[in-house]
Amino acid sequence: MKNIIKLIYFMFLSLILLNNNLLAVEKKKELLTSDWSFKGYFGKFDRGALQRGYQVYTEVCASCHSMKYLSYRNLAEKGGPEFSEEQAKAIAANFEVTDGPNDDGDMFTRPAKLSDKFVQPYRNVKEAMASNGGAYPPDMSVLVKARSGGADYIYSLLLGYEDPPSGTNLDDGVYYNKYMYGNNIKMPKPFMDGQVEYNDGTEATEQQMAKDVVTFLAWSAEPHLEERHKIGFRAIIYLIVITILVYFSMKKIWSRVESEV
Amino acid sequence: MSDEKKVQRRDFIFTASYALGAVGVGAAVWPLIDQMNPDRSVKALASTEVDISSLEPGKSITVLWRGKPVFIKRRTPEEIAEARDVSVENLPHPEKDEDRAKNPEWLVMLGICTHLGCVPLGDKGEYNGWFCPCHGSHYDTSGRIRKGPAPKNLEIPKYEFVNSNTIKIG
Amino acid sequence: MSNHNYVPSSKLGKWFNDRLPLLTLSAHLKEYPTPKNLNYWWTFGGILTFCLITQIITGVVLGMHYVAHADFAFDSVEHIMRDVNYGWLIRYVHANGASMFFLAVYIHIFRALYYGSYKSPREVIWIIGMIIYLLMMMTAFMGYVLPWGQMSFWGATVITNLFSAIPFFGEGITNWLWGGYAVDKPTLTRFFSLHYLLPFLILGLVILHIWALHVPGNNNPIGIELKKPSKDTVPFHPYIVIKDLFALLLFLIVFAFFVFYSPNILGHSDNYIEANPMVTPAHIVPEWYLLPFYAILRSVPDKLLGVVAMFASIFILVVLPWLDTSKIRSAIFRPIYKQLYWILVLDVIILGYMGAMPAEGTYLLIARAATAYYFIHFLIILPILGKKEKTLPVPPNITDPVLGGSSNPQMVKKKEKYI
Repeated sequence: MKNIIKLIYFMFLSLILLNNNLLAVEKKKELLTSDWSFKGYFGKFDRGALQRGYQVYTEVCASCHSMKYLSYRNLAEKGGPEFSEEQAKAIAANFEVTDGPNDDGDMFTRPAKLSDKFVQPYRNVKEAMASNGGAYPPDMSVLVKARSGGADYIYSLLLGYEDPPSGTNLDDGVYYNKYMYGNNIKMPKPFMDGQVEYNDGTEATEQQMAKDVVTFLAWSAEPHLEERHKIGFRAIIYLIVITILVYFSMKKIWSRVESEV
Repeated sequence: MSDEKKVQRRDFIFTASYALGAVGVGAAVWPLIDQMNPDRSVKALASTEVDISSLEPGKSITVLWRGKPVFIKRRTPEEIAEARDVSVENLPHPEKDEDRAKNPEWLVMLGICTHLGCVPLGDKGEYNGWFCPCHGSHYDTSGRIRKGPAPKNLEIPKYEFVNSNTIKIG
Repeated sequence: MSNHNYVPSSKLGKWFNDRLPLLTLSAHLKEYPTPKNLNYWWTFGGILTFCLITQIITGVVLGMHYVAHADFAFDSVEHIMRDVNYGWLIRYVHANGASMFFLAVYIHIFRALYYGSYKSPREVIWIIGMIIYLLMMMTAFMGYVLPWGQMSFWGATVITNLFSAIPFFGEGITNWLWGGYAVDKPTLTRFFSLHYLLPFLILGLVILHIWALHVPGNNNPIGIELKKPSKDTVPFHPYIVIKDLFALLLFLIVFAFFVFYSPNILGHSDNYIEANPMVTPAHIVPEWYLLPFYAILRSVPDKLLGVVAMFASIFILVVLPWLDTSKIRSAIFRPIYKQLYWILVLDVIILGYMGAMPAEGTYLLIARAATAYYFIHFLIILPILGKKEKTLPVPPNITDPVLGGSSNPQMVKKKEKYI
């Protein structure tokens, strides 16, 4: 038994060492955070926040930022914003996509369907850069996973606009952001209070919009998070139970040897 | 505790371990099997809309739906008459033409031979319908199997007329 | 090996066994006499076999959906994560599985170092093991390139550029590795091909590793040769099987925590940005399991010598059976070696930590000291220590470990517990 305890102790010690090691590298600036509903072992997305977040994305972010890995069908899928299928179809129908070629060899446009990917604001990266003063507005599908600090980082960045400290010279079209690497960012401050009008009556403060859109982005980066948490909980309970059973089986089997000693 | 009871408890632990172990292995294997099933992006492509406005009577087009060819045939009155003038009971797979083509002018069916999955050729065969070159199955103008190894008529997919010019398959 | 004379009871079994002696093999594996005092550090062999099989199965499955083309690789990984049924689970098991595999292999290697398992007559087991370890590093490195994220691309660039340190042929070799003048499409495709191949080579070597093990039999914590079979041994089945299984399940609990609750913590966030040959990430770090070698590489100020030092640090392990001159295997009876062993463990952890830190200032100084100590340990301390060290008395067998008047507290237990 003492051996087992030692072993378990060692395993967790090594985990902690590994984690700390990585965290030590990553954490530099204290980030803003929010009471994310999707953190923790039982974390789930807040449906309301996801739906509002989608609204913020389309009305504010989508004019520059693509989300090329999302399809309109995802909006109705389980574990996501869970719009009804009709709602998702109606949302999709607001967008025009290019399809084709038709029988005459021509491309044509039609309203988007559930199976279509999110319509992108620019045709390619070059166009995106040309339209934004040379800075490419990153695709936001996996953005939360692509930045150290994750949801907290994006949230902080959205709320991190400040007047530059005196003596700082900013180029034209460059803004000062406390949390941006190097503090210079080409994206203007995205939110003002009341910028969008939420259907559910939530007050659209800057913080609220940032929180909602970050929740939406966290889902988009990890659309199976709820399923993962659910399966994970079951898997670990299962493993613990069978480990205990196997432990007693082992005791039984080895009792034959120990009694000989 | 008597020896007998000890044995019983031991057996219980072993049996429980085996049973639970089997459950766990099954649960772990399922994702590995299920990953080969059609994924969500494939399932989402469930329907296709086809413009049929330019199709002349007697002609057919082939469109792709879920990776399979679908025949859309605009039948002539003679072909319709031929398809309806058959005593259904004697067919290998008895089906009325009225049930196969709700709008008699339009026949929509999967272009997949029910024998082993080849694509039959149009306007061929002994019944003026379709003929499968792989193993010689003959289909009539309603796409019903008349002669050859295929066991069933050509399958009718789910479809609807969105308007007079458009058919939605799926 | 025992059981050469195994005769199957059924007629069919005998007929088959005469033609292909699989039943003899299975009987041998079941009855294989194993020292009964093996502790839990010995269960990592079984755990590693499990890891390899898991990686192969999940890898083959991922290969059904992954597209090995620079234009589609990143997209296909996202496709796996989003659309493929349980694709996210299979990918996270595979990605974290690599880390768990290395965690287990490091414990396995350090167990061998502590108990002197590499010493005669087990040198070949050890050398095969080192080849496996080297292949594992190659496989893991190439696997990390496949998602074609920023870390994939720049990791591949940095590691393949190691070969440019070779005088005269360097550029030719790197261009040959890349199939071009930089890491690009051809590189990804060949890495995929090799990443798929190498695990099967590893599997073959694992079989040889086990075969070589079954010739002399297991070492054990006391490090003495045992009579086999005897009262010091137990048959592999069911005793060791159930113990390995129990340890494996504990290991799986840790594994599951990573997969389900922090699947990305061992990776790097930059790898969720698609590869861009125009922009290098702010700091490039290899996966954690390669960090000690990375630290050694960076601590030498000369390009060629840095590469040489890194490869030497692995090669030195291959020749370890001849560097350690001590006849006594287990550190239990080598009081000085025992302490040096823990210093080495610490040294490697420090190297790993320094590998993750920027190579400048104090970090670089510490990394250099740790690198120097690593080589001193193997090249100077071990050969001398083996000749000079005053070892403790070794018991004649496992079952009566109590030696009259032994001052070794490990041995004075009244009754040894084996599980």
